[in-house]
Order: sequence, then C-alpha cells, then structure tokens
Amino acid sequence: MTVETAPMATETHAAPRIREATQARIRKRYAAERRFKAYGVAAILFGLVFLVALFSTIATRGYTAFLQSAFTLPVHLDQSAFGSSTPPSQTDIQMADYTKLANRALFQALGVDPANKADAKAAAQLLSANADVQIRQAVQADPSLIGKTIDLELLAHGNVDTLMKGHFDRSIAENRRQLSDKQLAWLDKAAASGQLAKHFNTGLFTYGASSKPETAGVGVALVGSLYMMLIVLLIAVPLGVAAAVYLEEFAPKNLLTDTIEVNINNLAAVPSIVFGLLGLAIFINFMGIPRSAALVGGLVLALMTLPTIIIATRAAVAAVPPSIREAALGVGASKMQSITHHVLPLAVPGILTGTIIGLAKALGETAPLLMIGMVAFVVDFPKTPLDASTALPVQIFMWATAAERGFVERTAGATLILLAFLICMNVTAVILRRRYERRW
Amino acid sequence: MLNVTTPEANRAVTRGNTLDPKVVAKDVNVYYGEKQALFDVTVNIPDRGVMAFIGPSGCGKSTFLRCINRMNDTIPICRVTGKITIDDEDIYDPALDVVQLRARVGMVFQKPNPFPKSIYENVAYGPRIHGLAATKAELDHIVQSSLEKAALWKEVKDRLNDPGTGLSGGQQQRLCIARAVAVSPEVILMDEPCSALDPIATAKVEELIDELKKNFCIIIVTHSMQQAARVSQRTAFFHLGVLVEEGATNDIFTNPKDQRTQDYITGRFG
Repeated sequence: MTVETAPMATETHAAPRIREATQARIRKRYAAERRFKAYGVAAILFGLVFLVALFSTIATRGYTAFLQSAFTLPVHLDQSAFGSSTPPSQTDIQMADYTKLANRALFQALGVDPANKADAKAAAQLLSANADVQIRQAVQADPSLIGKTIDLELLAHGNVDTLMKGHFDRSIAENRRQLSDKQLAWLDKAAASGQLAKHFNTGLFTYGASSKPETAGVGVALVGSLYMMLIVLLIAVPLGVAAAVYLEEFAPKNLLTDTIEVNINNLAAVPSIVFGLLGLAIFINFMGIPRSAALVGGLVLALMTLPTIIIATRAAVAAVPPSIREAALGVGASKMQSITHHVLPLAVPGILTGTIIGLAKALGETAPLLMIGMVAFVVDFPKTPLDASTALPVQIFMWATAAERGFVERTAGATLILLAFLICMNVTAVILRRRYERRW
Repeated sequence: MLNVTTPEANRAVTRGNTLDPKVVAKDVNVYYGEKQALFDVTVNIPDRGVMAFIGPSGCGKSTFLRCINRMNDTIPICRVTGKITIDDEDIYDPALDVVQLRARVGMVFQKPNPFPKSIYENVAYGPRIHGLAATKAELDHIVQSSLEKAALWKEVKDRLNDPGTGLSGGQQQRLCIARAVAVSPEVILMDEPCSALDPIATAKVEELIDELKKNFCIIIVTHSMQQAARVSQRTAFFHLGVLVEEGATNDIFTNPKDQRTQDYITGRFG
C-alpha cells in the first residue's frame, strides 16, 4: 500500500497503516546496520585467524632454534699436545690437534674404548666438527689453561641435536637412519647423566654461514643488515627530507614539479627487483663497487626507501597548519627561518614515523639483494661495508632451501628474529607518533 | 542605532587628520589569477590611531590589509598593482626587503596562532631573529615590557615557561599581540582579532587596542560594526572590492554619504 491513498481514507483508518510502514522501515534500517557491523567483525576475525596461524606456525617451528644441544665435558689440555717448548708458541697453539683432545674427553665420558676403531669413529661422529675450534678459542683466550682440565660446552652434531629436540624417529630401520643403536644408547646415557643437554643458542646470533646447522647463525647477516640500515639512514633521510621540504614549500607549481610529484608516487610502487637491476647496472657494473658488498645493498635500499620518506615528509610538512607559517612570517621571519624554526620541528614526528616504516620495509626486503649478489655464503664478519656480507631476509631465504632438520628450525628462528626487529621498529614509530601528537 | 558618541570617538575626529598619513595607498588593484579582488583602492591611514575596515564577507578588506605587510606575496597567484607607501617609502619597491618590512608592520591574525612553544619563547622569537637584544637580560626586558603592553604580564608572569597554546583563547590572542609588539613595529595589522573570542576576552582586547594606539598605527579589519565604532577613529567601508567610503568613524556611522554604506550599517545586507 502506498501513502498516496492516505488522503482518500479517513484519518483513523490511515494512521495505523502509516505507523506500521514506518516501523517496518526502521526495523529494516537497524537490521542493515547490524548486518554491516557483523561483516566488519567477520572481516577482522578472518584477518586475525590468519595472523595467529602464521605467527603460531613460525613460533612453534622456530623456538627450538634458540636452544642447541651440547656436551659438557672435562677436557684435559694435555701439555704434550702443544709441542715441546714451554710455554707453547702461537704456532703450537694454532696447530695443536684439538679434535683428538675433544674426542678423548668424549670417549671417557661415554665409556668408549679408543682402541676399538669402529666404536671410536661412531662416537666421534656425535661431536660437531666445530668442537676443535671451540677448544682452540678457549686456549687462545687464555694460554695458561694448558696442562689443566677444564669443563667445556662442546657443540653436539646436528643429528644429536635433532634427537634431543624429539624430531628423531627411532622406529626407522637402523641402516636407514642417521644414528645407530649403539650411538643412541651412548646419547641416552649422556643425556640421563646431564652431560648432554640443551643450552641457550648464543651461536645463532654470533655464527655466520655454515654447511653444518649447529654452527650456522645470523651473525653475519645481522651485521650486513645493520650496515645497510645505516647507509639507508645516512643517504635516504637527508635527501628525502630536503627534497620533500623543497617540493612542499619552495617549488613553483608548474608542469615540471607536477610531473616530478606524480613520478615520486609512482616510484614508491615500482617492484623492488627493478631497483636491484638498477643497482647491478649502476653501482656494480658502472661504478665498480664490489658485488655482495653491504654498500651496494644499502644504496639500492636507500633508493627504494627514498619515495616513502619523501611522501611521509611531505604529508607531515603539509599537516603543519598555515597559521604557524603566517605567524612566523608575520613577525618578520624569512621563509627559511619559518621552516627551520617552526615547520620542521612540528613535522619531525611524522618524518620519523615515515622514516622508521621505510627502514622496516627496507630491512625485510630480499628481492633487490638477490640481484646484487648478496645471496652469498659468508662465514667471516664484514669489517667494512665494502666487504662481502649477507642480509637477514636473504639468510632466511638461503636456509629455507637447505634440507637438514637443523636448518628448518633455523629458518623459522631467523624469521622470528626478523619479525622481532620489525615489531620493535613499528612500535617505536607508534610511540613517537603518540608522544609528539599535534600540539597546536 | 550604534552608540558612537563616546568622548574617544569625538576626540578622534579632530586628531585623525589625513594631512600627515603613515600609510598611503594609491590605486591599489589586487588580482587572484584572473579574478580581480580589489579595484583602485586609495586611502590615507593616519599614525597613532585606529583605522577600521568594515564590509561584508569577501569584500576585499582582508586582502587589502594583507597588502600592507605583503603577506599576499605568499600566495603564488596573487598580483598587486598600484602603490602603497609607509612614511613615503614604497613597500613594493623591488629593492625593499620584505622580511624587514614585516618587522616594521606587525600582524595579528583572526585565529590566535601562538607557536607551540613556551610563552616566553613566543614573545622572544621576533626580537631574537632580528637581533634586537644583545643579552639575556635585554631579552627578558623586551619580553616583560611586551607582555605588559599586551596586558598579559600579570596573568602569565609566574608561568612564562608554560606552553603558549595552553592559555585561554583571549590570552592566546593577547600573547599574539605581545609577540607582534615585541619587534617594535610601526604599524600593527589586525585581521578580525576578536572573531574567535568571547565577549569578555573581546572587551579586554579592545581595551588593549585603545591603549596601543597611543604608540602605534593600528589597522583593524572587523565584522562587527559595534567594534569598529568602539575602537576606531576612522573607518573605511569596502564593498565588492571597492573602497566605497572612508572618513571619521563618527561620520560613517551617523551620516554616511553613500547609499551602500547606509544600507550596510543599517543591516540591509552583509
């Protein structure tokens, strides 16, 4: 029924019908609002579920990477192992057979007869190939230890670590699994006596690349990423802020500046691999900077971050109310003074937020680094940004392709480290924004 | 009708002579791009007095005010022709430094716009960038005397380091006046200084204007005809970019010569 009929009918006749229609309409309106709210809640829940799934998967797979199995053994630093001269020379210390010392300590602990060649070989396999380096480093740090017996935490082999973390399947036939029944018996005994235990994995943060999971770490990648972030900070921030302030405050409005503006926005959307190609062509091929150097990576990431910083700075500068500029000009400040004394200080929180978010994006960037040869097996720490290094996300990428169980958990563990950095940076950005919220 | 028979206003008629004007504008035209905003404005503004610009919204009175300290320069599409002089010095002379001009011609804006800094810093900023004080003591003195001139000293003397934005609206506007006064300008431009204030704060600012006119040439744009009548000695009426009529405030309000002025002050339009 339509309302047009109302005038025809008497008032008492029409009123209830109109009231009914109105109420139906109101009910419909509220229902529509409730539906809309429900869609919103559903969308948020959907996103949250995926986020929780992602984080819990990474966390459950990765937390074991922060623990590493090691034997705590009393290693006797036998004087005879270090040559005849007393005190032993540097060369003696360098050349001593530490593997023998390590094995001797292990055999004693496990009750293995060194004369039994097969048993000795099987037992020696349980130690990490890096155990000798660990003893050597201890001796080099303090040569007076020679001749004494010291307790050392010697890394266990990756397979032992897998067993300790409960990922080893004992039901597989003996000839097809990595550890024999005899080895398992030794390990069970050592674990029961506390000589074999899991400790916090400091090596994850200090080692570089390695083919053995127990001595592989993100140390080199962290240093490489740090160098690159510093270079991005030093190059992209001053350039970006200067460009943004000029464009926002000084540049005349004409076709040229309009074109530049549009292109800066476009640049922010260019796929990062293109920046990698640019870096390869210009910084490496043309300018001759060494491949895999953190300098090249930093320059490429700086170029990539530049548009983000320019856009954020322009927004922050434009958000400063014109009344502040007028006030400064009104008391006779020059344009430059009004910008440096008033506009920029007020825009700083916005600039910082943009910079941190740009840096966080650069920290997680992998594709352009693949183009400039940062997918490299780098064992030694880079001393300068010109030395070969790798980056955190690239390290994750490389570990993800390795087969050993130890690398699988390290992939997730390194992802957790990267996420922790990104979360820290974003939280800093939020805190800065809260702290210096608009004060005008 | 408006009450304009105050002794102040009467005295002003005799004192507001145009023989020795401070600011002289001759045939000023202003264009925003293609659109012309002001047409051949010619006016003499006396020293040590208050000149009010009245007129309906968009009539060009603020535009003209902003020509006097060349604030319109900041608008890229704005173009000014004609001649404006202060003490016979052409302010649109290319050799003249606009920054120096703005130190001589202070401005108070419609909305109180203190810097988001301390009260002290707000007032000290101008003297500092112009090098008016050699020592901290001198600067302290300038800040104090400026705040006294702006009738704000008593209220803020114990909290000079508090942020200027924490003051009430009326106090903020008086702080802005103190900031303008601190660089010892010759002319003070006020662009609807009371439009964002309540009546009590307005009364205080008007009292202050009355006090300041002893030492400064004050030009005030206002929407309130009562205010123009209360504070000014001379009034100029703008309409559609044309200066319709200019004269002693008394005459404008009691005996306007032009029909448009008559219509405006009696509330026919505006």
